[in-house]
Amino acid sequence: MSAGLKIDNLVAGYGPTVVLDGISFEAPAGAALAVLGRNGVGKTTMLATLMGLTSLKSGEILLGGKSIGRMPTHERVHAGLCYVPQERRIFPSLTVAENLAVAALPGGWTPAAVFDLFPGLAARRGNAGNQLSGGEQQMLAVGRALVGKPDVLLLDEPMEGLAPIIVEGLFAALSKIRDESGLTIILVEQKVDLALEFARDAIVLDRGKIVWRGACAALRTDEEAQHLYLGVGAD
Amino acid sequence: MSAIPQSKSDEPSALWHALPWLLALAFFFLADGYHSLGVNILIMILFTLSLDLALGYAGIITLGHAAFFGFGAYAAGLFNLHVSADPLLGLAAATLAAAALGLVTGALILHTRGETLLMLTLAIAAILHEAANHMRDLTGGDDGLAGIRPGAVFGLFRFDLWGKTSFLYCLGVLFVWFLISWRVVRSPFGRSLDGVRQNAKRMRAIGTPVWLRLVAMYALSAAMAGTAGALSAQTTRLVGLSVFELLTSGIVAVMLVLGGERRLYGAFVGATIYVLVQDVAGAINPFYWMFVIGILLVAIVLFFDGGLMGVIETARRKLRRGGAPGAAP
Repeated sequence: MSAGLKIDNLVAGYGPTVVLDGISFEAPAGAALAVLGRNGVGKTTMLATLMGLTSLKSGEILLGGKSIGRMPTHERVHAGLCYVPQERRIFPSLTVAENLAVAALPGGWTPAAVFDLFPGLAARRGNAGNQLSGGEQQMLAVGRALVGKPDVLLLDEPMEGLAPIIVEGLFAALSKIRDESGLTIILVEQKVDLALEFARDAIVLDRGKIVWRGACAALRTDEEAQHLYLGVGAD
Repeated sequence: MSAIPQSKSDEPSALWHALPWLLALAFFFLADGYHSLGVNILIMILFTLSLDLALGYAGIITLGHAAFFGFGAYAAGLFNLHVSADPLLGLAAATLAAAALGLVTGALILHTRGETLLMLTLAIAAILHEAANHMRDLTGGDDGLAGIRPGAVFGLFRFDLWGKTSFLYCLGVLFVWFLISWRVVRSPFGRSLDGVRQNAKRMRAIGTPVWLRLVAMYALSAAMAGTAGALSAQTTRLVGLSVFELLTSGIVAVMLVLGGERRLYGAFVGATIYVLVQDVAGAINPFYWMFVIGILLVAIVLFFDGGLMGVIETARRKLRRGGAPGAAP
């Protein structure tokens, strides 16, 4: 249950403003790709563009070889994209079970499989979204994406604002998804060390363009790129 | 305060659910001479319930819900005059006609949001008002559609002068629509509309065809409002142009706010309070009774988030916790 994602010369933004300027990359089926860069360089915009939530000016988005760049957002989900947004945005008045039920699609994970992955969430299945901790909300946001029809999982800073012990548990769960589900995963993450540990390959964005691409192992040793584009070791 | 019970442990008991129906039956047996007032209350509850589905649950803001109430009323009246006197057939025809109107107008206007949507709903009701006014041969124009004579319910129960048959007829119809509403708002479809109201963009991003869901709920709400209009036509035997007026849409919105949105039973409380205040305060002073409604509305909006039903639910939860074994004093 996986498909590759190919982005070709993507130009997109909000209204007349161009944020992404000629982005091209490919994530083969089952691969994990980290998208890195400083704040405001277009990482979140890129995921939003993949979901059809921005203005696409030109370029192609191919999912499993099929063009999805002109599809409405909900059809992209049916085509196999699933998205975990930065602010989680779970529905506060719906219970955990209802949050999963409203997102469930044929061919997606079952709620039982989600609860297996996040046992802590199972105990809270009857609680409303606004009664969950930040970590539980993030687990629910990931679970809600998985009960769709996932081929490609888009994660926007899933560890943001979480306590270290919660990050550890979530990272383990995401690693399990990566290793056992065969999903293609695009991870946008500010915590560079975690992202490089999680993914095999990485791209680095700066001002709407890809300025570095390669294996995560190579980026770990490229101190100049880390300094220039990620602010690591900067004065 | 969230409008929906915070967790499954907050779900009311079966007795709680039975209470409004038991009160209605008690009213039937004990309130001789007031059955016509009861009929009016039941019809307005149904109308308010229909608005709760559209505005409360799906977040479709509207000032033109009278369009469906009026369309259902005229459809039932015309069906009675030209097709059949069977009240249930008339009710079904009016319901389907209002649903079709909701489907078509919903498909046209639910691409829009905010003030644009509000104005479009208003315009649809105004267009229907003018159409009914001009089609005098069919609708009676500003004289109203008169001469409606519904036959016996199930061929057995004739509508009587005191409104007893009308009361039970309306109560039965309300019960059926309530069960449908109850099922719908608790289904994944209903919960997805709750999600649409909270964050439509997010719902699209989890694969929900937002526009289609909104149109479906709007049509369902229109069908229910059409039934309410049909009941009004059958029990009062007259349909006037006022059924399409802005005031009719405004009154039902006031009833919903008074009772509390997204609660289903809020419609019961809001419509009942409104009609009773109208009846009692109107008898005291026929010109200034709206003053009482105005004061109530201001107090509810300022101090009681969730309407009167919200107050009742909070009291019920406190009572339950207070009465639970080992509960903190």
